[in-house]
Amino acid sequence: MTKIKERIIKGIFTILAFASLIFLVGIIIVLFREALPIFKKIKVFEFIFGKFWYPTYDPAEFGILPLILASIWVSTGAMLICVPLGVGSALYLNELASPGQKAILKPLVEILASIPSIVYGFFGMAILAPFLQNLFHLSIGLCAFTAGLTLGIMATPVVCSIAEDALSYVPRSFREASFAVGANRWQTLIKVVIPAAGSGISTAIILGMSRAIGETMTVLMVAGGAAVIPKSFFDPVRPMTAAIAAEMGEAPMGSDHYHALFAIALILFLVTFIFNVIAEVVSRKYRIKLGLSG
Amino acid sequence: MDNQTSVKIKAQDVNFFYGKHQALKNIKLDVLANQVTAIIGPSGCGKSTFIRLLNRMNELVSNTVLTGRIYLDGQDIFASCVDSVEIRRRVGMVFQKPNPFPKNIFENISYALEVNGIKNKQFVEERVIESFKKAALWDEVKDRLHDSALKLSGGQQQRLCIARCLAIKPEVILFDEPCASLDPISTRKIEELILELKKDYTIAIVTHNMQQAARVSNYTGFFLLGELIEFDKTETIFKSPKDQRTEDYITGRFG
Repeated sequence: MTKIKERIIKGIFTILAFASLIFLVGIIIVLFREALPIFKKIKVFEFIFGKFWYPTYDPAEFGILPLILASIWVSTGAMLICVPLGVGSALYLNELASPGQKAILKPLVEILASIPSIVYGFFGMAILAPFLQNLFHLSIGLCAFTAGLTLGIMATPVVCSIAEDALSYVPRSFREASFAVGANRWQTLIKVVIPAAGSGISTAIILGMSRAIGETMTVLMVAGGAAVIPKSFFDPVRPMTAAIAAEMGEAPMGSDHYHALFAIALILFLVTFIFNVIAEVVSRKYRIKLGLSG
Repeated sequence: MDNQTSVKIKAQDVNFFYGKHQALKNIKLDVLANQVTAIIGPSGCGKSTFIRLLNRMNELVSNTVLTGRIYLDGQDIFASCVDSVEIRRRVGMVFQKPNPFPKNIFENISYALEVNGIKNKQFVEERVIESFKKAALWDEVKDRLHDSALKLSGGQQQRLCIARCLAIKPEVILFDEPCASLDPISTRKIEELILELKKDYTIAIVTHNMQQAARVSNYTGFFLLGELIEFDKTETIFKSPKDQRTEDYITGRFG
């Protein structure tokens, strides 16, 4: 009796454990199935490097270079904000903050990470965009710069939280060893603690980056939406995610446009997948270097 | 105690608290120059806490309170004008668990020099070699200086840590249970090393291994529940202790 019960329980948990694998495989299959038809009409190279995205024109043009560039510009802007801010605040939390400060700041950072992206979108649209428009005398405040800034603020808590975890995993014995030979705090931080936490910090940066690239709602609201190759940071742009979200509703199912949007999603998926693999490889390499685990 | 030997470190009425818990009670103890002073006692008696005060390592732990004075060559090491970095240069430390940096074998030693402003490449190289030789590790590492220090065995790692400590030429070396995680053979090597080093350095060693204290030290202090029960020449402590509790401990009745 108990044996059967045990088997049933084991079975249930096995299914649960494999559920995420099934979802992943399902998503990949759907992505490929829905994306591939477009490549019968247009070459992969022309799709990725085509300069014009006119999906509703006749004849339609499906070049997603403007969208890719928009994603790159916005993500780069976001990285420039979230890496120094996130890593810097992680260092402060870990090294300088008193236990009292840390007890307040760390949960606050984590709350910041849990704010829905649409709220950030509102913030960017209603506060940042008009402010930047006035500040830089722009014709429109919704642009790559605003989107990058908003995404950067959004990704900062992610970077900070993961980087802080990485710093706190650095064994205390490393610091002690460094202090014991007469190193000061700064030397210990730069030459021992940061290199030892290097994997975690780079994982934090890479995950922050994939968050920035994959983020949709915020960029849809603040990036400006123009599917044109951006010439400056202050041009309105349409990143890949925003294009999918904005156009999927109007694209007739099964049309070229529909398949093209799936192809964009496929590319996004591959990019973030690569980032995650890199993050995993980097952190594993360092873990071995630190002798923490195989 | 004979008068020829001078006092290197003097602890005067030292009390130490972790939060509300009092870990050390009124400790008075002299570490004599060029002698090996052992501190023994059961786990949790405060012996490690005490030795970590001597190079201000306690400052890495927050929420602690220290009262009393600790003098190094007559200078109060906790005085506000004294830099902890300076103290740690003069008072080196070897820890319970070998703690090499996740760097290569050479860099583990050169780091100690680098942070002390020694950059001349040739000088650094010579000092690294000298330190490895003094730590009786040179023959084992000379062909693999660029391997990760973490690939060394536990005993080798501990001797590497000793070499790292020697590299900056401290006056005092503190050993905090240096053999706690080592096998008997590695332990013997470390003990031989300590006997060798005592010619040139003042040494204080915390150990829960009484035989070790008997083998390497000239003076021994017995700690119990945060108090220094007895302090005397090692011979006296082991052969004719004055306090009943010391006798009970060294004859193995508790601990």
